Amino acid sequence: MVDFMVIKTESLTKKYGKITAVDSLDLSIEEGEIFGLLGPNGAGKTTLISMLCTILKPTSGRAWVNGFDIVKESAKVRKSIGIVFQQPSVDDLLTGRENLAMHNLLFGVPRNVRKQRIDEVLSLVNLEKRADDLLKTYSGGMRRRLELARGVMHHPKVLFLDEPTLGLDPQTREHIWKYIRELAEKECTTIMLTTHYMEEAEELCGRIAIIDYGKIVALDSPQTLKNKIVGDIVRIKQKVTDINSLKKLDYIRNVQEKDGLLYLSIKDASKHLQDLLMHTGPIDFVEVRSGTLNDVFLHYTGREIREAEAEGGFWERMMKK
Amino acid sequence: MNGIISSLEGIYAVWLREAKIYIREKERLISSAISPLLWIFGFGAGIGSTVESIGGFPYMVFIYPGILVMAVLFSSLFYGIYIIWDRKLDFLKEVLVAPVPRASVFAGKMLGGVTDAMVQVIFLLIIGLLINAPLSPVSIIQAFLMLLLISIAMVSIGLVIGANLKSPEGFSLVINFVMWPLFFFSGALYPVDKLSPWLTYATSINPLTYGVDALRGIVLGTHQFPIYLDAAVMLVFAVIAMGLGVLSFRRM
Repeated sequence: MVDFMVIKTESLTKKYGKITAVDSLDLSIEEGEIFGLLGPNGAGKTTLISMLCTILKPTSGRAWVNGFDIVKESAKVRKSIGIVFQQPSVDDLLTGRENLAMHNLLFGVPRNVRKQRIDEVLSLVNLEKRADDLLKTYSGGMRRRLELARGVMHHPKVLFLDEPTLGLDPQTREHIWKYIRELAEKECTTIMLTTHYMEEAEELCGRIAIIDYGKIVALDSPQTLKNKIVGDIVRIKQKVTDINSLKKLDYIRNVQEKDGLLYLSIKDASKHLQDLLMHTGPIDFVEVRSGTLNDVFLHYTGREIREAEAEGGFWERMMKK
Repeated sequence: MNGIISSLEGIYAVWLREAKIYIREKERLISSAISPLLWIFGFGAGIGSTVESIGGFPYMVFIYPGILVMAVLFSSLFYGIYIIWDRKLDFLKEVLVAPVPRASVFAGKMLGGVTDAMVQVIFLLIIGLLINAPLSPVSIIQAFLMLLLISIAMVSIGLVIGANLKSPEGFSLVINFVMWPLFFFSGALYPVDKLSPWLTYATSINPLTYGVDALRGIVLGTHQFPIYLDAAVMLVFAVIAMGLGVLSFRRM
């Protein structure tokens, strides 16, 4: 008997014509986990979430959320999940409280606890005082907080967060991180989030998956990925470049050349630096730092991560059937 | 049982949102009061000064039932554009991922649009009394019910078009191709009993003709078809339109 997985996918695939957005993905996520999806724009993160939220039908493969099949039992899946979208989907001409009241009705929150739930989540995100103002008077951060409040109000087993802190100031972001952690710890809510912010992934996620071209290229805890993949980064400026001879050294994991500089991923730089410099010959400049999640990301995807552009909004994705 | 309650609550949630938005967007309220006034006084009174009375009624009164239908037709069909804006403003996602049947979402939206149109009908019935249209308490209730049926059908058509299109520009284009033929070939502006054969054919296949005929029968007492036929045609049309609406929302 396998342990119960809150989210499980088996060869989950989504194709848009010739493009394969999600390519036979296998994933298992345990209860109470905060799981991060990282990947360049267009890598398939939002498509994956859309399928798990039953908004998109997979082309092939299967998936279960909270034990329910996303295709055959989509209504039960919908009752088990909360979603915070990339683009706020709260209504401008309703007040905060009215937005939440509508959500209560739509998500079948029992009548006798509705009022109490609204007050609970409003205080969770510190919006009690603004609850009866129209949404159009809210700032971006307040909208996002309201959206988060709404997403958790019906006590979902699984919460999907698509770029939860995109475009927010550092204070609001800290705030939201705190709520997310509390949800996972106290309520044992399983959280799947996508992000472009590496520090967000490091801060929150127990495990992360790096996705590129619809496939998982790495999956582990942020710390393990850093240790295993990059170790330390040594940046060297030098005239004589023989990358291939450097690549043969057993402590060197990766070598990249950019703008006349060599970037070397090294297992334990303090031990091997001396040896390395003997191999490179005379150098103009050297810098050593510990590897970051960003380095891991670049190692796997080979290009800088960009702000949301090519991937388009959640909705555009949904509409491209 | 739970399913029924959740469906009804879904309808209520979506309708309530539409009704609140309608009241808070003052432009909508104002325009629904002004445009029929223009038709009755600008068009009806203008043409009426040169046209002999029709069937014993001044032209302005003769076209009054047609204006009622027209006002409902226009505002009902155009209501479909809000579904496109909802989508553009991302509001719709919240509703589409909710665990309520799409039929509920459609019904809530549809009733929201019908509410808009019927508010306008109330304005128009008051204007009718002012221009001495021969209205009685009974005919007011009958007219209201008939217009409700027309509105249900036309809001549904508007939502079908809105649900299948992505841009407001495209919507306006398509809706004009639907709205104007429906309107012009309905006899809203002229009696349909003495038309050339092709025009008679065009009006007789237009469901709205029966709506106009019913209203004219209710308000003025002159009509071409039996009232039960008018009501039956509109009812069938409304049922078909709602069916298409639910299907379109399921595919959204």
